[in-house]
This record gives sequence, C-alpha cells and structure tokens, in this order.
Amino acid sequence: MSARTTLRALPTLLRVAFAEAVAYRAEMLIWVLSTTMPLVNMVLWIAVARDAPVGRFTEADFVGYFLATFAVRQLATSWAAWLINWEVKQGTLAMRLMRPISPLWAYGMESVANFPLRLVVAVPVILLSVALVGAKAVPQHAWQWGFFVLALVGGWAIAFLANVAIGALCFFLESSERVLEVWLVLFFVCSGYMYPVELLPPTLRTLIDWLPFRYQIGLPVEMLTGAFGWEESVRLLLAQWAWVAGLGAVAAVVWTQGVKRFAAFGG
Amino acid sequence: MLKRYLRLLGIQLKASGLLSLQYRADFFTDGVTSLFWTFTALAPLFVVYGERPNIEGWNFGEALLVVGWFTLLQGVLEGAINPSLTGVVEHIRKGTLDFVLLKPADAQFLVSTQRFQPWRAFNVLTGVGLFIYAFSWLGRWPSVPGLLASVLLLGTSTLLLYSLWILTVSAAFFVVRVDNLTYLFSSIFDFARWPSNVFQGVGRGVLTWVFTFVIPLALMTTFPAEAMLGRLPPQSLVGAVVGAGLFAWGSRQVWLRSISRYTSASS
Repeated sequence: MSARTTLRALPTLLRVAFAEAVAYRAEMLIWVLSTTMPLVNMVLWIAVARDAPVGRFTEADFVGYFLATFAVRQLATSWAAWLINWEVKQGTLAMRLMRPISPLWAYGMESVANFPLRLVVAVPVILLSVALVGAKAVPQHAWQWGFFVLALVGGWAIAFLANVAIGALCFFLESSERVLEVWLVLFFVCSGYMYPVELLPPTLRTLIDWLPFRYQIGLPVEMLTGAFGWEESVRLLLAQWAWVAGLGAVAAVVWTQGVKRFAAFGG
Repeated sequence: MLKRYLRLLGIQLKASGLLSLQYRADFFTDGVTSLFWTFTALAPLFVVYGERPNIEGWNFGEALLVVGWFTLLQGVLEGAINPSLTGVVEHIRKGTLDFVLLKPADAQFLVSTQRFQPWRAFNVLTGVGLFIYAFSWLGRWPSVPGLLASVLLLGTSTLLLYSLWILTVSAAFFVVRVDNLTYLFSSIFDFARWPSNVFQGVGRGVLTWVFTFVIPLALMTTFPAEAMLGRLPPQSLVGAVVGAGLFAWGSRQVWLRSISRYTSASS
C-alpha cells in the first residue's frame, strides 16, 4: 500500500463515489431538507432581535449567520461513523479490507464526491443571504475568502476525522452509535450551530474555544460573515488546524488498533 | 367490534412489552441519551433568555413549558408511533405487507400497533420533569380546568402527530425509499419547540398560519402549554379538537387511497 498506488487509486474512487452521489441525489435532497435546525433557531433569534440588536447582531445579521450555518453544514459534515458501524456489523468491511488501499480513503472520497452536489444547494443559499442581508453577508476582501476556504476545509476535516475515530470505537464497543450521539449533542450545543458562540458568557466561551466543535461549523461561518480581523482569524485558524492534526492522530491510532480486532461474520 | 380491537391492542402491547423486557439495559442508555438530547432544546433557551427577559410575550418559564410539551410528544413519537410506522416502510419495501393485509382486522390498526418501544418513551418523563421545573420557576401551579384542558390537548396532539405520520407513510407507497423521510419529519417537528408566537415576524405571519393550519405544529405544543397557563381561549380548544378530528379523518382517507395502490413486491 505505497503512497503511489493510493494516489493512483484516488481519481477512480472519486469517480465511483460521484456516480453514486448522482444516483442517490433524491435521497441527498431529503437529507438537505432535513437540515432545519439553523432555520428553527434563525426564527427564534429574529424574534429576539426585533426590538433591539443582541450584542453586535441585528435581525439581518442573524439571517446572514444562520443561512451561512445552513450552507456550511452541507459541506462540513460526515457520516463515516454510521457507515463504519454498519459495515462492521454487517461484516461487509471485510470486502473493503481486501482491497490494497485503506478503507478510510474510500470513506473520505465518498464525502468529497458529494461536494459538487452539495454546492448546488449551498451556493444559492449564500446568494439568497446576499440578497436578503446585502454585501456584508460575504467577505469583502480576497484574504477573507481564502481564510473562509481554509476554515471550511478544516471544518470538514474535523467532522470526518472525529467520525472515523468514533466509528472505529465500534471495534472495541460492538456499537459506538451512543458515543456518536453524545458527540452530536455536544456538537449541537457547542459548535455555533444553534446560536453564535460569541453570545455565550465569557467563561463558557473560553471553554468552547478549547473544544473542537466550534471549529467545525462556527469558525467557517464567522469567516464567511467576516466576524474577525486578520490577527484573530489567524489565531483561530491555527487552533482549528491544531485540532485537525490532533484528531487525525487519534483517528489513525484508534483505527489501526481497532481494525486488528475485526473479525467478519458470515461470508 | 370495539372490544375485539381493544383485545388486539392488548396482545400487541404485551408482545412489545415482553420484547422490551429482554433489553432492560436500554432503559438506562435510552434514558441518558434522551436527557442529553433534551439539553439541545434547552441550551438555546438559556442563551436567549440570558439576553432578554421576555420574547413575544413568553417568559423563560412559559417557554420552558412549550419545550416540555415538545419533549413529551417526542417521547410519544419515538415510543409509540415511530417504531410501528418504520416497520410499515420495511413491509412495503420487502413486500411483506401482504401478510398484514390478509389478516381479518383493519390494516391501519394492525400496522400502527405492531411495535412499541417503551424505553424510548423516557422523554415523556423528561417532559413531565420540565413541567415541574417550569411551574416552580413561575412560582405557581396550573389550575384544574387548565390541566384538564391540557390533558385533552395531549390527546389531540397525539392524534395529530399520528395522522401526520400516516400521511408520511402513505408517501412510501409512491416513493418506497422513505426511511429518510422519517428524518425529514422529525426535523420539521423541530419547529414545534418554540412558542408559535415567535414565528409571527417571519414573512408577515405566513409561517404562523402554515404551522397552525397546514402542518399544525402550534396546536401540538403551544396550545397545551397555553392551556396549562390557563390562557387558552375556549374557542381555540374547540378548534383544536375539531381540527384534529378533521385532520385524522383526512389522513385516514389518504391512507385508504394509498393502500389501494399497493402492489406486492414479490410477485
């Protein structure tokens, strides 16, 4: 499994995964439509901000923030943990392990191949946000766009690596779906998915700055809506990529240790 | 006739109960996860009411009642409605619905009672806990007529929820791949977690109208909470009961229409 074979296989994996994504496009659309949480919370915050702004957020800012959250959530997401749990339970992981390339690449490509279709949803939402909120819904400078892309890639990496780590726990626990649920709850509460994290009291905010969740959704959203200056952005991006590296190491260790324990059932 | 169906219901309940008793540990794991998820409904409330004492005429304790009803109904949904109706989708896909249709009892009754998951109903307890917390926060207790009205509304809410579900499942006869329609349903139900007055500001009240008359979410959580507070106008109570009856009748007609289109998958 040299780096060269892996590299050579990637385009094919990507093509297969993209064909699959196109084949199941209706299913994906339903998943997209089920992302109502940002909208549910947007409605609440609009009502709150009707009379006077909350912090630096006016009604329009909340619309911009939550539409950006909706768009970012389409891209910075992964469902590898479910997949791993399911394939281990069914024993179909054995098929993947026989291939001369780590299954993790296949899981990763599956997620990446969904990007074009998900962009078809995310881009119009951003355009809608610009139409409703005005030009301040998107970055004004080129460097901010660059930082946004970097933050978005980082957000996706955090989602994917955490999913792999949690999914691989099922080699030890039989099923790690409960662990995933706990992770998801923390994600909902700490990531800026339900409210901008800057509205939290300072002590909580410090805690959240040390946790990975806000770097998955909150940071890309804040980069898109231009919440920070240059220095603060660099600091947060560094923190984000430190988490990417950390979670990458954890995922690699849990996966390699776990997969040794795998015994396929049936044939 | 009625006696026969009651006996049937008893048998179905007993079968599900025995099955659940085999997985007693689920009571704790489901309970803990349910408490965790409740936290995602509460966290935005804490943040919002940290900023404002009152939103659209609802203070913290009153809004908590709505979250309580939301949680309670989620328990009803996950414990009594979801398990059966997910089973229907499976029946349709595999073609085993034939066996249900052959039995000498009403098909809708049989499929709706085929599976209960009592442990999943832990949310009902969490909901009741939230009521107690909310009223102790408010520093008063609900009046007796208010409580009676809210119990009546619990019936109508359950009926509405069930009818909406029947409508969703009827869609399975047309599109088959409906298992993620269930997610879509739960995510639309997420809008029921705030008092419906919150929606007034969005689209000049169109959203309030939709959530009262088209997808009657307001009837399910806001009305019972108002009844508990003793401020639900009597005509709304009557409207809710009549409306739920009409809705159930309509969904029954759709179900009958859909099942006549069922073609077995096997032969």
